[in-house]
Amino acid sequence: MTTLSRSDVANLARLARIEMTDSELDHLATEMDVILNAVARVQEVATPDIKPTSHPVPISNVARPDVVVPSLTPEQALSGAPSKEDGRFRVPQILGEE
Amino acid sequence: MITRSAHEMAAAMVAEEVTSEKLTQDHFDRIAEVDADVHAFLYLDHEGALAQARAVDIARANGEKVGPLAGVPLALKDVMVQKGIPTTAGSKILEGWRPPYDATVVTKLKNAGIVILGKTNMDEFAMGSSTENSAYGPTHNPWDLTRIPGGSGGGSSAALAAFEAPLAIGTDTGGSIRQPAAVTGTVGVKPTYGGVSRYGLIAFSSSLDQAGPCARTVLDAALLHEVMAGHDPKDATSINAPVPQVVHAAKNGNVKGVKIGYVKELNGEGYQAGVRSRFEESLELLARAGAEIVEVSCPNFEYALASYYLIAPSECSSNLARFDAMRYGMRVGDEDGVSAELVMNLTREVGFGREVKRRVILGTYALSSGYYGAYYGSAQKVRTLIIEDFTKAFANVDVLVSPTTPTTAFKIGDKVDDPLAMYLNDIATIPVNMAGIGGMSLPCGLAPEDGLPVGFQIMAPAMQDQRLYSVGAALEAELLTKWGAPLLSRIPALGGAK
Repeated sequence: MTTLSRSDVANLARLARIEMTDSELDHLATEMDVILNAVARVQEVATPDIKPTSHPVPISNVARPDVVVPSLTPEQALSGAPSKEDGRFRVPQILGEE
Repeated sequence: MITRSAHEMAAAMVAEEVTSEKLTQDHFDRIAEVDADVHAFLYLDHEGALAQARAVDIARANGEKVGPLAGVPLALKDVMVQKGIPTTAGSKILEGWRPPYDATVVTKLKNAGIVILGKTNMDEFAMGSSTENSAYGPTHNPWDLTRIPGGSGGGSSAALAAFEAPLAIGTDTGGSIRQPAAVTGTVGVKPTYGGVSRYGLIAFSSSLDQAGPCARTVLDAALLHEVMAGHDPKDATSINAPVPQVVHAAKNGNVKGVKIGYVKELNGEGYQAGVRSRFEESLELLARAGAEIVEVSCPNFEYALASYYLIAPSECSSNLARFDAMRYGMRVGDEDGVSAELVMNLTREVGFGREVKRRVILGTYALSSGYYGAYYGSAQKVRTLIIEDFTKAFANVDVLVSPTTPTTAFKIGDKVDDPLAMYLNDIATIPVNMAGIGGMSLPCGLAPEDGLPVGFQIMAPAMQDQRLYSVGAALEAELLTKWGAPLLSRIPALGGAK
């Protein structure tokens, strides 16, 4: 029986980059317990001898010739930006103050 | 004219009985009449659609060669990007975003002369079975407006059933084309994984997502399938092989000597009585038409749902990381001194709905250090077992069949607070996605107890999609003979009913 606490879910929310209120965390912790106990059924048949499948089609390393092809213009690429400056994406502060 | 099939509309244009411009305007008029009640559409592109319609009319008048569906209107699921047209995937986080490029499927539709009327409603990022998870409000089932139209592609299926469009595009990760088709009395096909390009399809679970055709007849679905499908260098998972001969198969439906296996595990307990009786009647019709019907056991299918609800959330937790408030979409809390990380967190709090958050958190847990093997790893092993079940089954039968869904359409609001009950809607459709094979749902009648449509599912081995159409067309013809008219002719009238 898996049980997740509010702080477990808070840690997952931090990893997933989603801000959550305490009541959201409590609600989600309860829901996660129910869902995790249902999906844990996979462990009943997943024995060590079975190979995992990550993808239905076995293909790898699909490449194209290394030539320049038409792509978005800078204006097109920036067209949906929430904020832009001098032909570039403007983003909030990434590093702490030195 | 709007109640006809797509290929009949195309024939009427060839015979100069109607122009594409008139046909397109008729559909916009119908949408104006009924969509306040149905809410199938999130956006209508009057200008672009009518321009495309006029261009097709001119090309036809000039004797230019046009495709078999040229001039026919279509509804596009809002998960496909279309250049310059608002595309939200049912999420607030993309509200107002206008993509700078076309999905490959959209390019193919435009090149085929198909008229894109607008974008259809869906569960946010295709996560759901009822369209109730749309940030823009639910879509209503045209058979009964108090019920769900299925999901995630409920907008597309409702548009077909309400005669707002004769063709639609859906995407199917765990049943999002087939389940909405089943509960609205329409046809939906999930092609073999890799058969249709995913370029420009906003990703939910990349190893499961597949776009496909939605229509009111098997032949219409086949005609649209042929337009959409084919190898695309822009999608590394696209299969480089000829498109299966689906139109030929749909025109020559035949089950004589075909071996059809019904899956023991996808029927019985948990399946509504009327769903079972309509399914079993269809099996009898197929047998009478010359098919050999056998029972097949796929014992690992009972673990498919659990495996899916680990794999899909895991992949979505990774895919949805792209919504970072930096390059496009919503940005919240961008003030002096607020870090990029906090802006990201605040934006995703406001921009994502409950089900999306639930799945991202679940996926983050399933992939986290210490739990990866027990959850995601075990789920991948179950995927292997499901593929083995299919391989064994297809060694003995040509196609597998089952009811598409365990029940008919339920009431809006009934399951919204119970995620596990909601997930059960996809119990019969998920195995197909896990194995990457093709599946179809077509209407097989109304359940006697509630008068609502029941879906019949056909499953075929990878790259054998033509078998879906051959068997589907044969069953459709048998049912049409039995009923005397298409199932949708029995749908209650919409509009002005209030």
